[in-house]
Amino acid sequence: SNVFMYYGLSNFYQNHRRYVKSRDDSQLNGDNSSLLNPSKECEPYRTNEDKPIAPCGAIANSMFNDTLELYRIDNNTKTPITLIKKGIAWWTDKNVKFRNPTGDGNNLTALFQGTTKPVNWPKPVYMLDLEPDNNGFINEDFIVWMRTAALPTFRKLYRLIERKNNLQPTLQAGKYSLDIAYNYPVHSFDGRKRMILSTISWMGGKNPFLGIAYITVGSICFFLGVVLLIIHHKYGNRNTSADIPN
Amino acid sequence: MERCAARRAPEEERRLRANAREYNEKFQYASNCIKTSKYNIVTFLPVNLFEQFQEVANTYFLFLLILQLIPQVSSLSWFTTIVPLVLVLSITAVKDATDDYFRHKSDNQVNNRQSQVLIGGALRQEQWMNVRVGDIIKLENNQFVAADLLLLSSSEPHGLCYIETAELDGETNTKVRQAIPVTSELGDTSKLARFDGEVICEPPNNKLDKFGGTLYWKENKYPLSNQNMLLRGCVLRNTEWCFGLVIFAGPDTKLMQNSGRTKFKRTSIDRLMNTLVLWIFGFLVCMGVILAIGNAIWEHEVGVCFQIYLPWDEGVHSAFFSGFLSFWSYIIILNTVVPISLYVSMGSVTLSPEVRTVEVIRLGHSYFINWDKKMYCAKCRTPAEARTTTLNEELGQVEYIFSDKTGTLTQNIMVFSKCSVNGHSYGDVQDVLGHKAELGERPEPVDFSFNPLADPEFQFWDPSLLEAVKLGDPHVHEFFRLLSLCHTVMSEEKSEGELYYKAQSPDEGALVTAARNFGFVFQSRTPKTITVHELGRAITYQLLAILDFNNIRKRMSVIVRSPEGKIRLYCKGADTILLERLHPVNQDLANVTTDHLNEYAGEGLRTLVLAYKDLEESYYEDWSERLHQASGAPDAREDRLARLYNEVENDMMLLGATAIEDKLQQGVPETIAILTLANIKIWVLTGDKQETAVNIGYSCKMLTDDMTEVFVVTGHTVLEVRQELRKAREKMMDASRSVGNGFSYQEKLSSKLTSVLEAIAGEYALVVNGHSLAHALEADMEVEFLETACACKAVICCRVTPLQKAQVVELVKKYKKAVTLAIGDGANDVSMIKTAHIGVGISGQEGIQAVLASDYSFSQFKFLQRLLLVHGRWSYLRMCKFLCYFFYKNFAFTMVHFWFGFFCGFSAQTVYDQYFITLYNIVYTSLPVLAMGIFDQDVPEQRSMEYPKLYEPGQLNLLFNKREFFICIAQGIYTSVLMFFIPYGVFADATRDDGAQLADYQSFAVTVATSLVIVVSVQIGLDTGFWTAINHFFIWGSLAVYFAILFAMHSDGLFQMFPNQFRFVGNAQNTLAQPTVWLTIALTTVVCIMPVVAFRFLKLDLKPQLSDTVRYTQLVRKKQKAQHRCMRRVGRTGSRRSGYAFSHQEGFGELIMSGKNMRLSSSALSSFAARPGAGWMETLRKKKGSDGGTAGSPGAAPNKV
Repeated sequence: SNVFMYYGLSNFYQNHRRYVKSRDDSQLNGDNSSLLNPSKECEPYRTNEDKPIAPCGAIANSMFNDTLELYRIDNNTKTPITLIKKGIAWWTDKNVKFRNPTGDGNNLTALFQGTTKPVNWPKPVYMLDLEPDNNGFINEDFIVWMRTAALPTFRKLYRLIERKNNLQPTLQAGKYSLDIAYNYPVHSFDGRKRMILSTISWMGGKNPFLGIAYITVGSICFFLGVVLLIIHHKYGNRNTSADIPN
Repeated sequence: MERCAARRAPEEERRLRANAREYNEKFQYASNCIKTSKYNIVTFLPVNLFEQFQEVANTYFLFLLILQLIPQVSSLSWFTTIVPLVLVLSITAVKDATDDYFRHKSDNQVNNRQSQVLIGGALRQEQWMNVRVGDIIKLENNQFVAADLLLLSSSEPHGLCYIETAELDGETNTKVRQAIPVTSELGDTSKLARFDGEVICEPPNNKLDKFGGTLYWKENKYPLSNQNMLLRGCVLRNTEWCFGLVIFAGPDTKLMQNSGRTKFKRTSIDRLMNTLVLWIFGFLVCMGVILAIGNAIWEHEVGVCFQIYLPWDEGVHSAFFSGFLSFWSYIIILNTVVPISLYVSMGSVTLSPEVRTVEVIRLGHSYFINWDKKMYCAKCRTPAEARTTTLNEELGQVEYIFSDKTGTLTQNIMVFSKCSVNGHSYGDVQDVLGHKAELGERPEPVDFSFNPLADPEFQFWDPSLLEAVKLGDPHVHEFFRLLSLCHTVMSEEKSEGELYYKAQSPDEGALVTAARNFGFVFQSRTPKTITVHELGRAITYQLLAILDFNNIRKRMSVIVRSPEGKIRLYCKGADTILLERLHPVNQDLANVTTDHLNEYAGEGLRTLVLAYKDLEESYYEDWSERLHQASGAPDAREDRLARLYNEVENDMMLLGATAIEDKLQQGVPETIAILTLANIKIWVLTGDKQETAVNIGYSCKMLTDDMTEVFVVTGHTVLEVRQELRKAREKMMDASRSVGNGFSYQEKLSSKLTSVLEAIAGEYALVVNGHSLAHALEADMEVEFLETACACKAVICCRVTPLQKAQVVELVKKYKKAVTLAIGDGANDVSMIKTAHIGVGISGQEGIQAVLASDYSFSQFKFLQRLLLVHGRWSYLRMCKFLCYFFYKNFAFTMVHFWFGFFCGFSAQTVYDQYFITLYNIVYTSLPVLAMGIFDQDVPEQRSMEYPKLYEPGQLNLLFNKREFFICIAQGIYTSVLMFFIPYGVFADATRDDGAQLADYQSFAVTVATSLVIVVSVQIGLDTGFWTAINHFFIWGSLAVYFAILFAMHSDGLFQMFPNQFRFVGNAQNTLAQPTVWLTIALTTVVCIMPVVAFRFLKLDLKPQLSDTVRYTQLVRKKQKAQHRCMRRVGRTGSRRSGYAFSHQEGFGELIMSGKNMRLSSSALSSFAARPGAGWMETLRKKKGSDGGTAGSPGAAPNKV
């Protein structure tokens, strides 16, 4: 089946209260007034040089912008593996929650007129991708980043590697190399970056916790059941009406 | 009501002059306008809001609201607090406004009543509120007295005036007031207009039975007492008109002075809750501090470095300050652990958002009581009524019941039930079984139709007595003749053949009525004659003397001259006294009669012995002469009279004995027996005499002959009382030492016992007399008294004043830490009812004062067992279960934030969606616990009655105490730990089945919230012991509503409208479609619930409670016949407790002989008025004083308790 490529960050507090609220969903939903006048929640990433930031807020500002590229090394030749960047976000996010501003024409550059890029970004939001259905606010990398993680150590889906035919595994055994364009600093706060490749089953990726927990709890329940049965057998028949004092 | 003047400084004494408004105005006495309302239209909003914000809870919520408006602190949006707060404030305001509206209405109605005021020599109609102090007003029959008046004159002779004081003290019998002689002449307006007496009297106070003042008029001083006063609230009866001088008006009247705020009663659970709320508050602050320190450290270590992505808020420059802010943020999100709404403050229960549930539950329980058909008295058509809705669970914890006797245990109806005439006993019901059966099972009552004057309500079951009358048995005739002659009853013939007896005590009424039905009809009397219809013939006897009753003599006699001219003395009295005064020839008859008396006494009847004596004309002349001298004698009059009475009441011939049944209320002995089995101690506090009280004690099975000993404390001095108490205790100690060997004695000493005396072996009872009680209640003896009393199975206090009743209750409350319940029906029980934790009023014949002061009211004493054993027990159980669950669910809910704090940089980020936080307590979890709190029962009601021991956990406070509280808290915290860490473990590495990350914040929130809702729902399912359709509906409904709201909140539509408010768009369907999420929820549920199930299973097996056993037995043997628990009617022998049990008052003989209370022609009256004994009024008053005076409160009307 398909192989999923994740980037992981640790010690990164996407669940911090000030971080979580620092966004304007109205702006991200394509509301034109919010585009030019973002919510106060975005402070201090609300405006830059008197221009409203699009997308505003600390979440957007801190978007992960390393690029990862995977190559298969066959006899010293690097064959790039096709990494699909669409289909990594929730359908509802891509189609309902995130929308580009509307206006005359489809020219994103024009639509984002009057706004400025987030401070940390090298490029404005309308230059995130070349394809128009993956650009602006509906860029899937952006959407994935905006879905904040619950825990300080998290991973986010980065790319899909599609299986080409049913006879071969998606990634054949062999040598691979990972090229990272290093843009995203994490050293200052003692953060770590990871890259994870995973396949999935009906219940998602590999997750030993659930299995172990189920086996443990099951055993405890069984054991407890036996013990209680014995106790009940031994002492339970004290429950007779003869005991009722009056 | 601005017309009502404001209050002034308290006055030292009141001085006023009649008919002199200008003079009186300078004292600025309150006018007769009353104001009980609190607001008017303008002041309502500010005053009401001000009052509401004095409530701790409301202020607390306001404070939270303000915190939430600070952006740096706000961890929740403001609406989570303001919506409930506004809701609560407005509901309370509406309630207050309606209440006040009705107060305005009733004030207006009262203030606008009309009265006739004497102004400028003429009577003018004035509204009540315009009546001033010093005015003279005229009252007419059946009118309410407008203010506290000094009675000046009335239409009746001697300035007498009859009033009914029902509204004042609840007593419905009419009372007499008399004007002082000088003013009683002032019969017409012209004289009254010239009246300019000046009154100096006590300042306004609330003592209903006391008044002291002096009237200065025409250079003379006249003392004034309560006997001259007509108080506001009384109604004038049987008096055409009267004039009175206004002494106190409006708010100064004794009625208004008495209508103080009733003390707000709280249950012990309420008090415990207040402590717990404070503890939880402390706990909240601790958690806040821990997390704040965490935050400061985190910001210092990590946050500082993380500033490239997340700079500090504006104004926050140090980690320390950030920690400080995060403290408040955490206070906001963790405040759901503090059930502030459960905090009862400043005399009223605070309304507050998350849980009006407690109030609703209590209200529900109250309605169950109100609707209980088994507590409905069909005869008097009164249902039980829970007048206070806040005390229900305390009904399940009662340990001491203080009961009034008359009207509560007894019906205050005396029934002539048996008699012994000439050695033959009549009155046994001709029943096969030989014992008294319930109504309906009896044979036909005796037919009295031969007698047109018979009282149709009188019933007698033994036809042989009537046959004896008809056959002309001379002894029986003499027997009834005595009953129709020897008494102080007044008769009134409203129409031909319709006689009404006004008996001074119900015993006498019963006897005279019996004689009437058996053909000896007492028809009328004049001061010198008694007319009796003897089997159809009217015979008039000449009444020569009434040898009046008193407490020492315990008998009364009349001396009459029959038409034939024979002089005969008829005497009735207590057997102990009378049997000694018989002529020796009666010995055999006396023996037989004594046997009968024993038999009657064994059935709890009140007995009297009847005797007569023929007097020689010459002897009587001589005796009468001496009597005349004696009664005219200035010194030792009483003694000399007593000696003369003694002399003549000697060598009498025995006629027989009567037995009167002081009818108990239905089911009283059974109720007492069951309550005793439930470990409730019953004390009877009565104003009645010792004999009567003890007698009732026996007949309602509080006292039995099986008891080891009944101690009687009657000492008159401190020393005597102390000695008697000490002796009683020594006896009990000795007995228990000799009976119980050391081992069992030790075993009985469980930890709960506070005194060795409680481990007494054997049953004892204590009877205390009022004057002894006064000493026993003194500070240095009260503990001694209490210990002795508590060691006894039954305690009877007789001759107690209302104040002493309250003192006894207070004593037990003070030292025993037990829940007390007082039950009574009369005005004299009010103080006791108000003092006890729970006051129960019997809505009976004695007015409504007791009911008004009570928390619960019903019409039969027997309903008490249902109230306590069924309703009280259930209420307690439900409330305890509710509270346990309530704390559990709130802690499980809130503590998740605490654990999450460690993973989100202590930033006060909530785990849940804010809507979930708002709705969790109000919507998702409130109704199931409400249903449990209202409907739950552990065992069905029949079983609670069958096994009274089931009541014990409540008394011992086992179901909700600090220990249980900590267990609930621990369970809540345990749940919260799992609730956070299991999803944490799962989510750390998980991905969705489409490859995207699972561990986003929103999915995590939904997962935790869903498992929480499911776990607490399963838990409530486990806790619910009694499933009704409503329980099912609420539990399943809550789950359904949770999912419905969840999907609605996460829907596209809402997001499109308010993108910033509904950020969780699409989350529900995305997250809940994941198998992993459901596996997590299932795991969490199992792990949270499993230990609870195992623990309960073990407890059931190893340490079953009685209720568990009862439930179990019921399951196993559903068809098990209810154990028959019939009350043995112990056929007691010996220990005769006969007494002159009349609740009689001395002085009425003289009153009759003087003829003053009879409406006679003035000529007839004048012929008697000059008699030497005309000072009857004084005598009567003096007796009254000495009767009640023992305890310093003459207000205890001795003839009713």
